[in-house]
Amino acid sequence: MRWRETAVPLAIFLALAAAPFLGFGQGHSLTLLARAMIFGMAAISLSLIVGGAGLISLGHAAMLGVGAYAVVVLDHARITEAWMVIPIAIAASAAFAAVTGAIAIRTSGVHFIMITLAFGQMAFFATSSLAIYGGDDGYTLYSRTELFGSRALEGRLFFHFTCLALLILCWGLVQALLLSRFGRVLRAISENETRARAVGFEPYRYRLVAYAIAGAIGGLAGVLLANGTEFVAPAYLTWQRSGDLLFMVILGGTAGPHGALMGALAFILIEEWLAHLTEHWRLIFGPLLILCVYFLRGGIAGLPRRG
Amino acid sequence: MAELLLELRNLRKSFGGLVVTDDVSLDLRQGEIHALIGPNGAGKTTLIHQISGTLAPDSGHVIFAGEEVTRLSMARRARRGLARSFQITSIVAGFSAIENVALAVQARSGSSFRFFRPVGTEASLNGQAMEALAEVGLEHRAAAPAAVLSHGEKRQLELAIALAMQPRLLLLDEPLVGTGAEEAERLIRILGGLRARYGILLIEHDMPAVFALADRISVLAQGRVIATGTKDEIRANPIVRDAYLGEEEA
Amino acid sequence: MNATLLFVQALNGLQFGILLFLIAAGLTLVFGVMDFINLAHGVQYMVGAYLGATLAAWTGSFWLGLLLTLPATLGFGLLLEFLVFRHFYDRDHLSQVLATFGVILFLNEGVRVVFGTAPLQMPMPELLSGGVTVMDGLLYPTYRIAILAVGLATAGLLWFLVERTRAGMLVRAGASNAPMVSALGVDIRRLFMLVFGFGAMLAGFAGALATPILSVEPGMGDTPLILAFVVIVIGGIGSIRGAFLGALLVGLVETLGRGLMPDLMRLVMDPSAARQTGAALASMLVYIVMAAILTFRPAGLFPARR
Ligand SMILES: Nc1ncnc2c1ncn2[C@@H]1O[C@H](COP(=O)(O)OP(=O)(O)OP(=O)(O)O)[C@@H](O)[C@H]1O
Ligand SMILES: [Mg+2]
Repeated sequence: MRWRETAVPLAIFLALAAAPFLGFGQGHSLTLLARAMIFGMAAISLSLIVGGAGLISLGHAAMLGVGAYAVVVLDHARITEAWMVIPIAIAASAAFAAVTGAIAIRTSGVHFIMITLAFGQMAFFATSSLAIYGGDDGYTLYSRTELFGSRALEGRLFFHFTCLALLILCWGLVQALLLSRFGRVLRAISENETRARAVGFEPYRYRLVAYAIAGAIGGLAGVLLANGTEFVAPAYLTWQRSGDLLFMVILGGTAGPHGALMGALAFILIEEWLAHLTEHWRLIFGPLLILCVYFLRGGIAGLPRRG
Repeated sequence: MAELLLELRNLRKSFGGLVVTDDVSLDLRQGEIHALIGPNGAGKTTLIHQISGTLAPDSGHVIFAGEEVTRLSMARRARRGLARSFQITSIVAGFSAIENVALAVQARSGSSFRFFRPVGTEASLNGQAMEALAEVGLEHRAAAPAAVLSHGEKRQLELAIALAMQPRLLLLDEPLVGTGAEEAERLIRILGGLRARYGILLIEHDMPAVFALADRISVLAQGRVIATGTKDEIRANPIVRDAYLGEEEA
Repeated sequence: MNATLLFVQALNGLQFGILLFLIAAGLTLVFGVMDFINLAHGVQYMVGAYLGATLAAWTGSFWLGLLLTLPATLGFGLLLEFLVFRHFYDRDHLSQVLATFGVILFLNEGVRVVFGTAPLQMPMPELLSGGVTVMDGLLYPTYRIAILAVGLATAGLLWFLVERTRAGMLVRAGASNAPMVSALGVDIRRLFMLVFGFGAMLAGFAGALATPILSVEPGMGDTPLILAFVVIVIGGIGSIRGAFLGALLVGLVETLGRGLMPDLMRLVMDPSAARQTGAALASMLVYIVMAAILTFRPAGLFPARR
């Protein structure tokens, strides 16, 4: 099983790197691929909470939203330099995660689900009421984030490879995290909390740090999301978006970041394909989701199940 | 007399109307094995829960090495040197045997907020974990996933985890439960060997084991300590014979 | 803002709270008894509203429509239970969240296909279309008062059912100890179905009741669902009393906050900034209240006895 954790992601990364040169180089395909990679990052960060810490968050879209809105706020103030924007956005979403997490992680189980949902809604309504940033209608960026003053990110291919590089970075980071001292404690807590306490670990701290790290990565994904469309709206923060993210993680499997990665890619592709078939694709997607949850217990990463 | 390692003062705990710990006072000295016996449902496990911090007593005090720990969390008490094993085996099933033990070593050696270095390569954690495994005779199973260990091996692993914490006091809740005769004998030998280094509060139904190991014995029935004393005193105690030993030896 | 307006806002808040209670009651019972987390509870409210509107149009009478909505939403709830929910009772919360999320996607889209995206407007029933003078010179819509009255009556009935009947006793026992109840020889599946259908009916009833004052549109159940979650988290999961008080609290905070916050902000900042900040704060207020309550009482105000 071990080989799959690295072999599959590496194959995916290679495919993503080659895609622009294999007939997927036109605008629409690249947009789709960028979307898939950005949600891949988001799903990987969520998998750190769900799979790593054993906490089911239904408010993860808010992490992306905070990152995206940080770009908006800075853009409004005409600050577009990546070395300012990215750290500030990451810090903002990590701080949001730390503050809301500090309350949410005091609870567990269903309480945790509902509270993360509520905080997600809170962020959603807060952004909707920010009239200077367009309120409900959203905000169109003056420009994409700049790298040392250059507008390189506006180049389609450059953006594609930036997304890919950051995706690989996030995957490597989470993978390393899970194998570190910290990750071991996290895994122990999620599998057998009593045992972890009995040897001397206070679960709260580890969960909170994991939650904040996931928030930080989510914020980074949010920066890319804002740049990909050059537009940010409260719709990015809806709880349905959080539900989508959760589904990506489960679809792929919670065994590690490779699962989330596969789940996100599969999700985006299925969505795209169904939306091509019919305007009312959710009529198919809803039941499909139910069936996936019912039958695919280990996620795609768990396939084929070994006898 | 050696210093007191653990002292319970007037502990009380009830679940609804059921009084499970009824004014229990008890002490345990450094280097002593103090056995706690009593019929099923007497409240032994509940008492361990209160000493280790899983459950808070309704009233009373738990004093460990001269310090009141009644209100401390389980993790805090563990870091102060209170290790427990569980009556119902509690291990991280997804970890290998050695990783279960290394987790306990890690808890007392340095910060666990280290994010990048693969923990599996930390030689000092693995080395100490291996020593603990060797002490209970499980070193040959180090790499096996904990989930596939036999019942007896899981009991050994449970003990190795407690030892790896390098505690001052071991709270052992029926370490022999469900082990075969051979494994039990081995565990008894191990426990006897630990006497010099730790205080041990031993809960056990296996009377030969208790009488082989214990320095002192307390008898718990319906939440009360009905007798405390040396082996001979307990053997001779008529109340104990009535309440408990009678049925065992009959 | 003057006292009259404040009074009206408070009445609106209570009335909104009552609707929330009808939704939250089912949610908290389903949750307490079955340990089943049902995101699709909000779409049952939506389905109730659509069914109420359709049935009223069919029969030509709002009242007949409202009455028929009860069996219709009950049936619909049972159908969903049979098709989807029962297959997820013994699965973890994560699976339940996602499966019921799938139901939401399907039903929101389904309603869009059948009724279109444009909101339906329901006429006020003739009988209650006027206003009542509740204070000197203050006319308050009769229909809103009727919602308050009906809601309170339903709450009373629910309290009676849960606290005073055998089925209610089983439900309460089930909420604190499901294995024990099934050990007593009660068919726990039947009990689950009953609670489920009943919860769906209450939510649907709330939806139908709200048709004349809200616009009936796809996705209309999503916001009440989340507020209902806030309600039961604040009130304590599984507790009817907690749901009732939590619902009134959330209704009041939500409504009064929107009215008062901008005014309050004006005390400390200039008007346009006050309007913005006030609106932002008002929309976050319920969640802040929830966070504050949970900080001090993680299990909610009235946790069900366990
Ligand atoms: N969480 C709880 N809620 C209610 N009653 C409990 C709870 N935990 C234990 N009890 C009851 O308390 C009593 C003492 O239980 P405990 O597990 O401490 O007994 P014990 O002496 O360890 O028994 P055994 O030898 O079978 O392990 C029993 O009657 C048990 O049913
Ligand atoms: Mg016991």
